[in-house]
Amino acid sequence: MRVEGTGLIDRSSPVGFSFDGHLYQGFAGDTLASALMANGVGMVARSFKYHRPRGVMTAGSEEPNALVTLGLEAGQEPNVRATTQELFEGLMARSQNRWPTLDWDLLALNDLAARFLGAGFYYKTFMWPRAFWERLYEPVIRRAAGLGALSGKPNADKYEKAYAHCDLLVIGAGPAGLMTALTAARAGADVILAEEDTRAGGRLNAESFEVDGARGAVWAAEVTAELAAMGNVRIMTRTTVTGAYDQGTYGALEKLGPQMVARAGAPRECFWRITARRAVLAAGAIERPIAFANNDRPGILMAGAVRAYANRWNVVPGRNIAVFGNNDSAHRTAADLIEAGVHVSALIDARHHATCDLDIPFYPGAEVCNAHGRKALEAITVATTSGTQKIRTDALAISGGWNPSVHLTCHMGARPVWNADLEAFVPVAGAIPGLSVAGACQGDFSTRACLESGIAAGRRAAEDLGLTAPDMAAPMAEDSNYDILPLWSVPGRGRAWLDFQNDVTVKDVQQAVAENFRSVEHMKRYTTQGMAPDQGKNSNIGALAVLADATGRGIPETGTTTFRPPFVPVAIAAMGAGAQGAGFAPQRFTTSHKASIQRGAPMIEAGLWYRPSYFPAPGETHWRQSCDREVAMVRNAVGICDVSTLGKIDIQGPDAGKFLDFVYTNTFSTLKTGRTRYGLMLREDGHVMDDGTTARLGEQHYLMTTTTAAAGQVMRHLEFVHQCLCPQLDVRFISVTEQWAQFAVAGPKSRSLLNGLLDQEIDDTGWPFMACGEVSVGEMQARLFRISFSGEHAYELAVPSRYGDAVFRELVARAEAMNGGPYGMEALNVLRIEKGFITHSEIHGRITAFDIGMARMISAKKDCIGKAAAARPGLVDEDREQLVGLKPIGAVKELTAGAHLFNRDDDAIRVNDQGYITSVAFSPTCGHFLGLAFLKNGRARHGEVVRMHDHLRGSVTLCEVHDPVVFDPEGGRVRG
Amino acid sequence: MVDIIAKTPCEGLLPLTIGTTTVTEVPPSMMTSVAPYKGCEKALSTVLKSTHGIAAPAPGRATGKEGARAIWFGQRMILLMGPVPDAALAQHAALTDQSDAWAVVRLDGAGAAEVLARLTPIDLRDGAFKRGHTARTELQHMMASITRLGSNSYQIMVFRSMAETLVHDLKTAMQSVAARNG
Repeated sequence: MRVEGTGLIDRSSPVGFSFDGHLYQGFAGDTLASALMANGVGMVARSFKYHRPRGVMTAGSEEPNALVTLGLEAGQEPNVRATTQELFEGLMARSQNRWPTLDWDLLALNDLAARFLGAGFYYKTFMWPRAFWERLYEPVIRRAAGLGALSGKPNADKYEKAYAHCDLLVIGAGPAGLMTALTAARAGADVILAEEDTRAGGRLNAESFEVDGARGAVWAAEVTAELAAMGNVRIMTRTTVTGAYDQGTYGALEKLGPQMVARAGAPRECFWRITARRAVLAAGAIERPIAFANNDRPGILMAGAVRAYANRWNVVPGRNIAVFGNNDSAHRTAADLIEAGVHVSALIDARHHATCDLDIPFYPGAEVCNAHGRKALEAITVATTSGTQKIRTDALAISGGWNPSVHLTCHMGARPVWNADLEAFVPVAGAIPGLSVAGACQGDFSTRACLESGIAAGRRAAEDLGLTAPDMAAPMAEDSNYDILPLWSVPGRGRAWLDFQNDVTVKDVQQAVAENFRSVEHMKRYTTQGMAPDQGKNSNIGALAVLADATGRGIPETGTTTFRPPFVPVAIAAMGAGAQGAGFAPQRFTTSHKASIQRGAPMIEAGLWYRPSYFPAPGETHWRQSCDREVAMVRNAVGICDVSTLGKIDIQGPDAGKFLDFVYTNTFSTLKTGRTRYGLMLREDGHVMDDGTTARLGEQHYLMTTTTAAAGQVMRHLEFVHQCLCPQLDVRFISVTEQWAQFAVAGPKSRSLLNGLLDQEIDDTGWPFMACGEVSVGEMQARLFRISFSGEHAYELAVPSRYGDAVFRELVARAEAMNGGPYGMEALNVLRIEKGFITHSEIHGRITAFDIGMARMISAKKDCIGKAAAARPGLVDEDREQLVGLKPIGAVKELTAGAHLFNRDDDAIRVNDQGYITSVAFSPTCGHFLGLAFLKNGRARHGEVVRMHDHLRGSVTLCEVHDPVVFDPEGGRVRG
Repeated sequence: MVDIIAKTPCEGLLPLTIGTTTVTEVPPSMMTSVAPYKGCEKALSTVLKSTHGIAAPAPGRATGKEGARAIWFGQRMILLMGPVPDAALAQHAALTDQSDAWAVVRLDGAGAAEVLARLTPIDLRDGAFKRGHTARTELQHMMASITRLGSNSYQIMVFRSMAETLVHDLKTAMQSVAARNG
């Protein structure tokens, strides 16, 4: 119901919206909650477990009840708090956790069975039969209990993440936060003022009293305008600081306003990482309810929230409202309601000594002990010293006192301390390095005290930053008493709610104690109190007070659970903004990418790189046809393959050779300039890290090649070795992977192809196997390496990347004129398997040089990384699995990678395992499958027959063990 | 005679203007990494000054101007942009051609820092990242070199192969900033 008043809504701007299909109207400045209240919609949700009717309870992000689903389809967002959702034209909200409708919810039957569904019910009931849990119980429970659901479709909205830096982060823009920001900003600090609400002001927007002679909200707007006009203040509204992390880093979630979200390209939310030298937490306090029977009825709200609705949004939850409290702030609610023209049916104050000047029925020393009405509050029962009395009322405003919002101070492990005067936990000093606390958040509950502590906090922060704050006096403001009498729950029959979001009652906590779950952490887990998305913002202190009472301990002895980030729920889409789909990792494209795509080559990912799998020719319908053709092409003519993705590291310096001798097992200091050598690199634990060729380009100049997969790892390894193990060596290195586009030109016709292209012809004498050097094509200077990964007479031509696209096209055109062409990863793999060359399929991290038959490559003449470790007996044991070649000789002609090997007549069980296959290929050259495998004592078993058993694919066949090198074992072709 | 055509890393991707910010590809120039050998820092700085008129930059700094710039490029590493390195430099430092290894773009316009703040964690405030300051840092998921060239102007470098991702990430951030600023 809307009332008269000058709140912060714009009555000249009506806004249409819908809830559960009904059309309503609110005003600009409304939240969904205030607009629903204005339209008389009291019941907005069903509770988590018992499906009890629920209404709006608070006016902030702590709201436990009024969760709705916004939007449709992929854009649907569940569990949106109606209390913080700005109203906008066309907003479409639906209620949650009800079937078929909010008004008539079949699962409300749960409420009737409540005596069977209390805390611990699941643990005791669904124990057996065990198989029923997954198939029956869990699906049923999941359907019956819960909140909103995701759409199940990929996220369709844009989210954003961003970074910000400041001298001082002020968290919360209420009276304390505003004064903190103003004081520090006037001192010259670079300030970020983060506020969860759409506007600064905090409680000043919700209260009726004045600051400095002006209405609180007006004063707040003036200060905000002053701050905004200063060049060193950044005001971030709609931004909730969600977590405090190491090194002065804070996470914050910004929900952009509806008008902005509607713009093209705009994100919906932004997750900020704010780095601040100092921070002041001025997050205020959250009012706590009082537990009594049926205290969850729609129409029962927090007293401070009722003031906020009346003063800010000019709405009230009924014509006839009762107020129940244990402190002075409840009286303000009654006064504000009278001012708004609402009938106050009763003011019930638990304190016997309380007095009241208002002309309303006043019940000092009384308590509300029951609430009546199911879908809307109809009456309350009040217990006084002289008996009970039923009072008709549409709504009830409750204040059980205030809990400072200590949440962020707990994020690094600190626990808040009990303040007996305030009957509340307050932050402990130094909880978060660099963060101090001001205002209601540290227990300053009057406006005047908040303003003063804000100034003090701003001054302290400025001084810490080496700045001098000007003298400032707090403006005139309300400075009333709090005067709280502890009251957590009113005894009586019926269920009294503590945690509204997870449906936990006083009885549940008492039940936990009865079952000996007496510590606060055990109680929490037994009852699930505080484990809902609101993290028990309303309920934690009440629940532990009830626990303290039930265990006969005091609250400080009972202690409290703490809070973890995030302070409010954060969508994963916001934290991972930009990383959805292809944004998950950068895409690396070679210079030949476009040309390969134009030829229809399917791409496969190799790390971050995209490489062509094969190049389909007209008429080819299966990748094997293309692959077989490409293999034959390389064996008989010439093939072109982009090998730019291999890591290239330029190494220079007087000690370059020494350095390489130390990182490689074999010797490079003796390599002649203009020559290339194959090298093997070990990890410190003696296992193989990587292999590749390294060329000597000059006396003090080498070029190392790594595999594509290990390029980053090897670079990191070299940095580590140089910086930590041998800093005395004068050597410098840098990656040149991206500088050079490199193409393999492989096959018997490779030299003739190159000779048509290069300015100077090459021959066997000038360019023998493993030679390297500079060549030119017109103006283009290039490098040529006579190396081979195919076993053929082959070269790799490296050109500056700018020419990569053109050179690839040129090479392919020339190859095609010679019955050759481009080849992809599939053919490359077949060619190397035929030659028994290893890749990271073989050197997968658990393999030693001994295993791959390269033990003799660990030079005896020098030390190298991994040498000592590689010599350990277990790493050179003859019984280790050793690299072998395999070919199928059984009925099944296909080998599969990953399959395990067994002795011919053994059972295919774990204890009989003899090894496993790492790589397979159909060899068009041999006319059958080939495999590379690790087999126990394999080098001594050439000629033996073993059985391959692929448990995963269900494939079994006999294989003959042979040398890994099948094609041209003498290596005549590569030198030819 | 073969006609081998050169391509720039961002060919076909840039320029791009969204709202008040523009990304353009920096025309390719000679880029050489200069890594001083042991104890050669001072000598290198002197030679750099006498041959190219540029002081060796301290960590986090760039010296020189358009056409001849030296950018701190990591631990004991300088990137010389523009001139062909004088042969005298090679006596004091390892020189490696990097002209083709990096995609180099400029981000210009009001709001350029806002765009970058969506992609890089470094402090971009005027007092912390001034003209002539440079950082090796991350840009979304890529390692990058970012140098402030002017009040609303930044040079951004990532690996050449990542040019498409660079442009995509910049574009996404520019759209966000443009939408926010209406």
